[in-house]
Amino acid sequence: MKPDDQPSLSVERLSIDVGGGASRRRVVDELSFALYPRRTLCIAGESGSGKSLSSLAIMGLLPKAASVPGGAILFDNRDLLSLPERELQRLRGKRIGMIFQEPMTSLNPLLTVGQQLAETLRRHEALSRGEIHQRCRAMLDAVRMPQVDKRLTQYPHELSGGMRQRVMIAMAMLCQPEILIADEPTTALDVTIQAQILELMRELQQQFATSLLLITHDMGVVAEMADEVVVMNQGRMEERGSLHQVFTAAQAPYTRKLLAAVPVLGSAPPPDALTEQPVVLAVKDLSVRFPLRHGWFETPRTVHAVEGVSFELRQGETLGLVGESGCGKSTTGKALMNMLNYQGSVKLLGQELNGLQGDALQRVRRDVQMVFQDPYAALNPRKTVFDLVGEPLLIHDKMPEPQRRERVAQLLQQVDLPRDTLERYPHQFSGGQRQRICIARALALNPKVIIADESVSALDVSVQAQVLELLERLRAEHGLSYLFISHDMAVVERICHRVAVMYGGRIVEIGARDQVLHNPQHAYTRRLLAAVPVPEVGRRRDFKSLLKELERPDPIKTAEFVAPVQRFSAVAADHWVAME
Amino acid sequence: MNTLKALLRRPAVAVSLLFIVTVVLLAALAPWISPFDPDEQFVEGLTLEGAPMAPATPYWMGTDLLGRDLLSRLIFGARTSLFIGVLANGLAVLIGTLVGLTAGFVRGWLGSVLMRLTDLMMAFPALLLAIALSAIFQPSVWIVAMVIAMVNWVQIARVIYAETVALSARDFVAVERTLGASSLRILFSHLLPHLLPTILVWATLGISTTVLLEATLSYLGVGVQPPTPSWGNIIFESQTYFTSAPWLVFIPGAAIILLSLAFNLVGDALRDELDPTLKGRR
Repeated sequence: MKPDDQPSLSVERLSIDVGGGASRRRVVDELSFALYPRRTLCIAGESGSGKSLSSLAIMGLLPKAASVPGGAILFDNRDLLSLPERELQRLRGKRIGMIFQEPMTSLNPLLTVGQQLAETLRRHEALSRGEIHQRCRAMLDAVRMPQVDKRLTQYPHELSGGMRQRVMIAMAMLCQPEILIADEPTTALDVTIQAQILELMRELQQQFATSLLLITHDMGVVAEMADEVVVMNQGRMEERGSLHQVFTAAQAPYTRKLLAAVPVLGSAPPPDALTEQPVVLAVKDLSVRFPLRHGWFETPRTVHAVEGVSFELRQGETLGLVGESGCGKSTTGKALMNMLNYQGSVKLLGQELNGLQGDALQRVRRDVQMVFQDPYAALNPRKTVFDLVGEPLLIHDKMPEPQRRERVAQLLQQVDLPRDTLERYPHQFSGGQRQRICIARALALNPKVIIADESVSALDVSVQAQVLELLERLRAEHGLSYLFISHDMAVVERICHRVAVMYGGRIVEIGARDQVLHNPQHAYTRRLLAAVPVPEVGRRRDFKSLLKELERPDPIKTAEFVAPVQRFSAVAADHWVAME
Repeated sequence: MNTLKALLRRPAVAVSLLFIVTVVLLAALAPWISPFDPDEQFVEGLTLEGAPMAPATPYWMGTDLLGRDLLSRLIFGARTSLFIGVLANGLAVLIGTLVGLTAGFVRGWLGSVLMRLTDLMMAFPALLLAIALSAIFQPSVWIVAMVIAMVNWVQIARVIYAETVALSARDFVAVERTLGASSLRILFSHLLPHLLPTILVWATLGISTTVLLEATLSYLGVGVQPPTPSWGNIIFESQTYFTSAPWLVFIPGAAIILLSLAFNLVGDALRDELDPTLKGRR
């Protein structure tokens, strides 16, 4: 083992090109950094910054279209770039481990966890069956996997997302590599699971004296994990320095811009005082159930996705609906859009929506619109912007083309898109612009309520900030009400007046934003807030208490099940907490 | 018109289009341009031993085993083969698309019934079905086209069904619903354009298989009835003479291959031209 002040890996003036001939582009330009044992280096940057390609270059896993015109990656006094493939194979998994973003697709669905772990060990070390089994068990224990023996015989699909990522980490750490590369390891995970994984990586790193190279777009994760930071933008290294230096005295304007755009939980100014406005949307005892397929001799069971949710949305108000994946927040949004069957009452301006059909439903559709998470998926790639944004006008008002053209141009102007984009197709726009197109389309019929389902989650932070500003401006100008569905507490704090926290299909806490976020009462809300990484130095959090999994209520129930009545107690004037 | 211009700018596509147009013209003008009567058996069209004659004047492509002029039969055969290739295949694509689209979009019991019917047709041996159908009806070019369509639509229905199911799950379809678009609008304005590439590929690829299936049916005696020539039955009539008179198989075979290749190239290019996301990328 090397002394701690010797770099375990150093990257020197690494450049990467993609494509050949005339379309050759430089995607990484003269990147240099060094990794030290027990220390963490974070490469931070937005999409297209070249951060993932750099990590693939270290592993020798660059795609065929990429080439390395210059630079060196020194590991153990050898340049990895000039090593033959056989030598690299011997290093991969043994001395350099890697964790990818998506644990489901990175694990082989046809092999059990035990088989996959054993395979890694067998490839690199001459051990007996018994020893291999011992090592695998010990490693799963180290990643705090509950019920290790059962897990070894399970297949990836039988595990939750967080447990799968633990398996991935166990696989990467099995041979105790000197270097662990983690490419957005927590991006696909819920925030409490993210906290657990980050905590695990911290512990393992100290235990095995590993150098950690963490690639992330999330400045919060950077602040929680990094000793040193490299900030990348469009292939260039904008900044390199210690965590403290980068966060408090950034040299590069790009770094300062990036940090300014990141929403920080607990830093948003108080929302405008909303005077008593009329209620636009009143939801009472909303439940959504999906019947499960069952055989002839099985009792029919249903998934209770949403269970007795009630809230009110006032004119000009933004209500944040937060919670982790599977809590029913998106299902609630879909029910309000009448995209699926539900029980309970949804009243829009006093009119009951449940059970509406045909023309009556069509009339109501004008008043509630939705903006989806992925703007690219939500726009038909074969239609022009004019067709897309003008479509609601065509469907509802049969508006003739010249007027429609005029109105679409006006809508584009409202979302800050140039007028000459009318005839362009979605793929010719950036992610943020595409989301603006979606917003323009949602605005076309002058709706009263817009349901924004994770509408800024897929965007880079700087773009995210702009889109949030746009939403805020449109709300003020048109007196819109938003139901803002999100998993990101900092974003919710930035835009919402009130917040409702969902857990297991029910609202567990609802109230004024500052009440819920700064004086959380429900155990789940507290846990959720404790897990949010904060992008500031010196506020590093201890996630140890989160390592214990919270027992999730099983949403699958038999027909006899009657949901217990939920009662709320008032904490403050506008702050309600569910009593268990 | 712009699409046509763009297509003609690609050399391979321009040549293909030229070839298709030539075949169509030959077929349309067959009675006027073919050098001989395709059904006439010339005494001087056979060698003294009674074997077919190799290509030479006046029979530029040689003669067949009955002493008929191959070129004339090929020109008249183009009528049958084009007719069946285009009509039968077009019909198969139409039925397959309608069934697949309906089943994939509506789902539910209607979708189940349609797809189980498709499975049933798929499981049934195609040739047996074709023979049974042609035995019931009096064989004619029309009936042969119908029979081929009835046999060939199943694969297309399967493929279109799978694609429709996948497309329906995409966000932009959900968005259309929230905008209040009717099902017909979603089907024709939003789903069909995405299915066009698949439909085009099947429509062009299918032409060659259709021509060959027609040949098989002719060979079994339930296809186009002799002496009416088709490219397929010219090959099958002459296959026993393959070693002594190879031109009888090669020339119509080449015609079939070139025609389907031409349709394929045009179909591929058309698909690319109609996809806005590919524009300016090639």
